[in-house]
Amino acid sequence: MAEIRNFTLNFGPQHPAAHGVLRLVLEMDGETIMKADPHVGLLHRGTEKLAEHKPFNQSIGYMDRLDYVSMMCNEHAYVMAMEKLLGVQVPLRAQYIRVMYDEITRILNHLLWLGAHGLDIGAMSVFLFCFREREDLMDCYEAVSGTRMHATYYRPGGVYRDLPETMPRYQASRWRSQKDVDRLNESRSGSLLDFIEDFTARFPGCVDEYETLLTDNRIWKQRTVNIGVVTPERAMQLGFTGPMIRGSGIAWDLRKKQPYEVYADMDFDIPVGVNGDCYDRYLVRVEEMRQSNRIVRQCVDWLRKNPGPVMADDRKIRQPRREEMKGDMESLIHHFKYFTEGFSVPEGETYAAVEAPKGEFGVLLVSDGANKPYRLHCRAPGFAHLSALPEMVEGHMLADVVAVIGTQDIVFGEVDR
Amino acid sequence: MSAHFTQLASRIEAELAGRVQRRPSLPCDLSYDVAAADLVAVATVLRDHADLRFELLIDVAGVDYMDYGRSEWRTQSATSSGFGRGVNRGGSGGAHDGPRFAGLYQLLSVTHNERLSLRAFCTDNQDPVLDTLTGVWASANWFEREAFDLFGIVFNGHPDLRRILTDYGFIGHPFRKDFPLVGNVEVKYDAEKQRVVYVPVEITERTLVPRVIRDDVRYAPELKGRS
Repeated sequence: MAEIRNFTLNFGPQHPAAHGVLRLVLEMDGETIMKADPHVGLLHRGTEKLAEHKPFNQSIGYMDRLDYVSMMCNEHAYVMAMEKLLGVQVPLRAQYIRVMYDEITRILNHLLWLGAHGLDIGAMSVFLFCFREREDLMDCYEAVSGTRMHATYYRPGGVYRDLPETMPRYQASRWRSQKDVDRLNESRSGSLLDFIEDFTARFPGCVDEYETLLTDNRIWKQRTVNIGVVTPERAMQLGFTGPMIRGSGIAWDLRKKQPYEVYADMDFDIPVGVNGDCYDRYLVRVEEMRQSNRIVRQCVDWLRKNPGPVMADDRKIRQPRREEMKGDMESLIHHFKYFTEGFSVPEGETYAAVEAPKGEFGVLLVSDGANKPYRLHCRAPGFAHLSALPEMVEGHMLADVVAVIGTQDIVFGEVDR
Repeated sequence: MSAHFTQLASRIEAELAGRVQRRPSLPCDLSYDVAAADLVAVATVLRDHADLRFELLIDVAGVDYMDYGRSEWRTQSATSSGFGRGVNRGGSGGAHDGPRFAGLYQLLSVTHNERLSLRAFCTDNQDPVLDTLTGVWASANWFEREAFDLFGIVFNGHPDLRRILTDYGFIGHPFRKDFPLVGNVEVKYDAEKQRVVYVPVEITERTLVPRVIRDDVRYAPELKGRS
């Protein structure tokens, strides 16, 4: 009798549905997955080691590049860890700006996730719709930091600068007629806050559009319902956080349970799943976009009424103002020392976590009183989620692997660090 | 918060008396030292005891304390003597006297909404070993593989202790403090052999900014809350 063996299939690292550089070694019996072994680390850049060789404030930019679709949330965790060790109080206005941008980032992330997840399992058009709204949010990033993605906007003690009074505008060109430009610039004629307010007004309608395409779609449900089911007990064992644990029915959200910044004053709800399958996690994330929209709106209203400083007035951790530098020798020396040596952070060890769009993103910071971190460790939600992938796909079909990778919202920047 | 907090601390100290030791930390954090031999037993109690219920292992991080508390270039007396040159590595006698490697564990209790940090030192500096926590929390699996890969800490009883982040066939443990930042080898394409080859790294390592340890009086605990 012929010997029957399982077939080993190499999935990735260059596979469009692998969401980056995931190499999966799958052991298959026909089309059924018997065993999966994810190989990660193809995008390992040694961010944590690099950060140990740089002054504290020079590593903020690295944080953007960890989870490169939720940039500001990563900065937030790092900056919060520093602030905890320094004992710095962040001005209220900066806290509101941070919360607003955290939520903008959450929408930004979930839009990419929804588009890519849809694309993976066969819904092409959602991708185009999602990227339409992402463009507007990228403009918010650009208005405040000058870059569309890697902002380096959060700084220890606050944020880099206050919200601008004008929005960047489109210009007519060979590829864009004056009529199109006028239409695009209509919402960009006021301040950044006007633009964001206008966005929050139309965004719920956009989410309705995505839901029309997917929520009751028969094919979508066939691909997601009862795929990758995780029980609540198992979810905790596996270290799940964020939408992954909420999809399994545990109402755990750091924004509610351990509120940081001004989340305690915000009015929003946490969506929770029931069955713990891919479809529930889809519903959770879509509802999170609506809730984030609510939070952004509340922040806009508050920020309009309450001007104030956006950076703690602690000369050790903030650079001198430009005009001071021009006329004052000490400020010039201060500026030089700040950007060469940096500042020393008191000896200690702390762990600061934020509710990033993908789950709990935490930064463990060990300082021995030097101007560089002694040890920096980033707790990436995707790392814990991906380690559960073998368990989630076992017994499913090959095509379901793609659905499970999609539902975990994996980004290799943070998994490999 | 603080009453709640001291309550948790007293619960832990009552339940695990003699097995855990409170370490100095920020007022908002709670962290304990555990002997490597007690690690699994302590972790099991922390997970299962009704008053503690730390169901989630959030994070495991290795730490190499070799250079802890040491400046790279001495700058304190620089005005009279000039800057020290470069890093003096390799010898023991740093500011940290104790075992070199440690595992830092971050725990989370969903039931009681608490966080806790544990630290376990590996007793042997040459062959650092800790017991695995995969039997207590399944999420320890990859986190421990990472600590093994980057620091060379061996986890006793781990079901699948392979390298995870570094290249296939990588030599050394890159996050140890005596591993150079630029690494030891680099890859390039060899046109003659028509394949990618490993060669010794060519760039020289340089430090642009020295590691300076300063005592900043403004952050001294006894001065907190004044000014």
